[in-house]
Amino acid sequence: MQFFPAFLRDASRRASLARPNSRMRGSDATALLLFISLIVFVGITVYLFATGYYAPPPPITPVGLQVDHQYALTLYATGAIFILAQLGLGFAVFRFRDRGKPARFIRGNTGLEITWMLATAAIFLGLGALGTKAWSETRFQPSAAGAIKVEVTEEQFVYYFRYPGADGKFGRLDPALVSAPTGNPVGIDPNDPAGRDDIVVPTLTVPVNHPVELLIRSQDVIHNFFVRELRLQQDAVPGMVVPLHFTPDRIGRYNIMCTQLCGMGHYQMHSFLNVVSEAEYENFLAQALKQ
Amino acid sequence: MSDTAIAERAGIGASVTGRNGGGFGGNGNGSGGNSGASHTPQRAYVTGMVIALSGIAMFFMALISAAVVRRGSPSGDWRPLIVSGWLARILWLNTLVLLGSSATMLHARSRARAGDETGFRQWWIVTSALGVCFLAGQLLAWRQLVAAGLYLATNPSSSFFYLITAAHGVHLAGGIIALLVVAFRPARRMARGTPVEIASMYWHAMDAIWMFLFFFLISGGRS
Amino acid sequence: MSSSPQPVHAPPRAPIGFFRRYIFSTDHKVIGLQYYFLSLVAVTVGVVLSLLMRFHLVWPRAHMPFVSGGVMRPEQYLALMTMHGTIMVFFVLTTAPLGAFGNYFLPIQIGAPDMAFPRLNMMSFWLTLVAFGCMLSAFVVRGGAPISGWTAYPPLSGLGSITGPGEGMGQTMWIVSIGIFCFASLLASINFISTTIEMRAPGMHLMRMPLTVWAWFVTAVMSLLAFGALLAALIMLVLDRSAGTSFFIPYGLVVNGELQVGRSGGWPLLWEHLFWFFGHPEVYIAILPGMGITSHIISNFSRKPVFGYRAMAGTLCAIGFLGFLLWGHHMFVSGMNPYSSLAFSALTLSIGVPSAVKTFNWLGTMWGGKIHFDTPMLFSIGFISFFVTGGLSGIFLAQPALDNMLHATYYVVAHFHLVMAVAAIFGIFSATYYWFPKMFGKMMNDTLGKLHFWLTFVGAYCIFMPMHFVGLYGGIRRYSDFTGADYLVALRPLHMFMTIAAFATAAAQLIFFYNFFKSLASGAKAPENPWRGTTLEWATASPPPIDNFAGHFPHVFRGPYEYSVPGAREDFSPQHLPPSEVAGTAEGAPNV
Repeated sequence: MQFFPAFLRDASRRASLARPNSRMRGSDATALLLFISLIVFVGITVYLFATGYYAPPPPITPVGLQVDHQYALTLYATGAIFILAQLGLGFAVFRFRDRGKPARFIRGNTGLEITWMLATAAIFLGLGALGTKAWSETRFQPSAAGAIKVEVTEEQFVYYFRYPGADGKFGRLDPALVSAPTGNPVGIDPNDPAGRDDIVVPTLTVPVNHPVELLIRSQDVIHNFFVRELRLQQDAVPGMVVPLHFTPDRIGRYNIMCTQLCGMGHYQMHSFLNVVSEAEYENFLAQALKQ
Repeated sequence: MSDTAIAERAGIGASVTGRNGGGFGGNGNGSGGNSGASHTPQRAYVTGMVIALSGIAMFFMALISAAVVRRGSPSGDWRPLIVSGWLARILWLNTLVLLGSSATMLHARSRARAGDETGFRQWWIVTSALGVCFLAGQLLAWRQLVAAGLYLATNPSSSFFYLITAAHGVHLAGGIIALLVVAFRPARRMARGTPVEIASMYWHAMDAIWMFLFFFLISGGRS
Repeated sequence: MSSSPQPVHAPPRAPIGFFRRYIFSTDHKVIGLQYYFLSLVAVTVGVVLSLLMRFHLVWPRAHMPFVSGGVMRPEQYLALMTMHGTIMVFFVLTTAPLGAFGNYFLPIQIGAPDMAFPRLNMMSFWLTLVAFGCMLSAFVVRGGAPISGWTAYPPLSGLGSITGPGEGMGQTMWIVSIGIFCFASLLASINFISTTIEMRAPGMHLMRMPLTVWAWFVTAVMSLLAFGALLAALIMLVLDRSAGTSFFIPYGLVVNGELQVGRSGGWPLLWEHLFWFFGHPEVYIAILPGMGITSHIISNFSRKPVFGYRAMAGTLCAIGFLGFLLWGHHMFVSGMNPYSSLAFSALTLSIGVPSAVKTFNWLGTMWGGKIHFDTPMLFSIGFISFFVTGGLSGIFLAQPALDNMLHATYYVVAHFHLVMAVAAIFGIFSATYYWFPKMFGKMMNDTLGKLHFWLTFVGAYCIFMPMHFVGLYGGIRRYSDFTGADYLVALRPLHMFMTIAAFATAAAQLIFFYNFFKSLASGAKAPENPWRGTTLEWATASPPPIDNFAGHFPHVFRGPYEYSVPGAREDFSPQHLPPSEVAGTAEGAPNV
């Protein structure tokens, strides 16, 4: 192995602990490099999170604002811990590199341990407690009275949105009747009068500032309904109908994404949430009913 | 001081303190205990069996939890399986057989403690035979279910019944094999010792697990 | 607990013949190495799969060699992803830390000649190898590898090939493989737990066990209790797929236009509950040994006792226990009862507490120390950094309100890769560099080790930090490319950066492989105790003899981390030396 430099050839020479009395210059360089790289890492990370360049678009519901607020709180708290821990690590390895002095013989410090245990418990559980409001508003409380109900049926790899129509009632569904080619993709029973005026469309249109309740179900495998701007998602589980409610407060067109792996078309399974004015919504319903 | 000398010193020091039982130390010669290459203390086998039974218990807990959840499911399609009396009767009989096998096993071990090697072996084989009877009874229950048109996939209740009884049956079959292996060891070593103890632990545990499963199956109504 | 001596009988003869010595050996050291080499093969396969994935994400239409049809299709991406996750989680992260290093060093560190049940140990390894073979066979069966992810949620995984390619025979082989793996793990746990309880050397009280032993012990207990649930779930899934049962399949499914008849009210969430009841402890099984190793190595290379040894042992137990109570945090948006989500959330946040205590204690161990920066120490320092970063992103995911926006995005992918793919792997690297001299009697090249560390440290952060931003922006995981929605196109520069970083970091691992095998062949001869460590593995030859101590089984006189004890002769007081051997010079000052 003559063509390898000596320092690569001779391994045991580099094992510094084999010679405890030596203070190799390499040690100082490594310690400094670790400290600096952790500082650089912390700096880049804090900068990137602070600038929020790749942040999600602004929320379009009041609860969405609460979620963002909770996110910010969590970011500050964990950010502080992150900075403390990484810089503490960098400082410790630099300050306490072998400089010839013996190490201090310390077994521990119970007071200190209890302190940081209680502090982290308070921070983490405190964050959790603060976040329960946003969760309970979306999940525990039922939708507001008068909410527009839309049934969301998901299947490989499309969304169908069913409106109850003028009678406000959904028609009975029968899986045996599901047949997309003949225009009955969700299997509405033609014998049920309530179903005659049901509207089935591939995108979700709702009026602004009006509560909406989605009834999410699936035809085949587990799917999901996710809109970034709502800060909400819900799995569509076959055999279950899961309600999800929100009140959008901004007109616009938003992406509905499927986030639960559902097969080979999963990456292309998506639809649109159209939040429109009241007038346009009435127009949409009228047009759909005509068909 | 060289490393080997240090080790030797430690060994000598240790054998001074470690005088009671077993013994170990610098010379490494066998002193007491069974002959043979095993270094494992006998009590480790008992500990190992307790641990193995914990793992097996978790497996059965998972099956039972799944069944409980399914039974309480809002889909409402749980039809209690033990509608007529015959299935319950077969299962009760099998349960008694298995309980009986635990009793005969206890008797076998008491014969062994009394020094009666032959008696021990006879009752031990009776225990295995009762285990085989239990399995035969379970198979009979299955045949009767099939005759009544209740197969594995017929309804959730039948699915869990077959699954749970099969899982237990497989474990019990393993136990029977272990009992037979113990039964055909040389008589001199048979009555004493760890293989008998751990085989008994396993057997009684399978019995206890069956009691638990049985009462779950028997109470197959709506929860 | 155990202070009675172990019985030692006639000195065991080394088994003769190549097969009995290296292939069908019951020697825990050979088995440990077998597990290690299995995990090396598995990690290579897993990394290659991930590189193919990363390549496809950035260049989805590129022509690829070896791919039938020339261009990778979405289902092929999903198959790669499923196998990547499965192989890495099971055959690398569950195998190397516990199966490889635990098997090799647990008996030695407690002063025992072998595991309690050597033949059972051998069977565990061979079953694991068979399981790996089954897993790889999924690539070559009809339909290819499964596409349902390592989580295999039914009905996608429960109905056979009508739900997608690879869901036929491929999924079946996957289930068979993991089922065998479950069984192998259960057998291995029995061994680890029994050995730790029953075969400790005299003087090795529980509070004198190295933290690596504590970690392996708690990990084995978790393994024992978790794999049973997975096995039960797998059996039910097999029955749903091939026997027409409906454990997980509800009524009235219409797949590809076909009504699924004969099914009744099965519940897909039942699978999720059973799987995650196993799956969450599984990820702690992956990381706990790494935590034990980190404590061990930080102490050794700082020349200081572990700060708060009792707390370190206690937090390992706390994490093990709590780890069983928080599986629901994978299911916040699943349709599970929202009230239980709050309970799971509180428990998940609580497990951050023992993790934080461990982190502060590692810093405390270094504080006031005399740190030497050999490669094992570098990787342990890296472990702490990655564990902190990855663990903190968990605080976001633990809150259901935030999980509503982060679930199944790349934010989650960032989190678990930082803790598992990086921190746990750093634990494995750390252990490798640390124990290589002991296992093989040769030294690894420290310069190459340092180079490997720096490239991997920087590279891993480059790969996984951008994933947080991808996730926040709305980049969804398990997407085979980003043409599905317009806004995803903006993420391409980030993905490009990550892909380049991934290829570079993977290339850097070649340095490790070169170092490993070159040192194996011609490294410098290793002394018995190159790192001047205190624990029992350093009290025997490198590599250790067949019964670990050549008949001179140690008696333990002190705790495992007695470094820089005031008044001691050296800056380390090995566990096995009587007090007279470690007492210092007349002046009472340690001779450093």
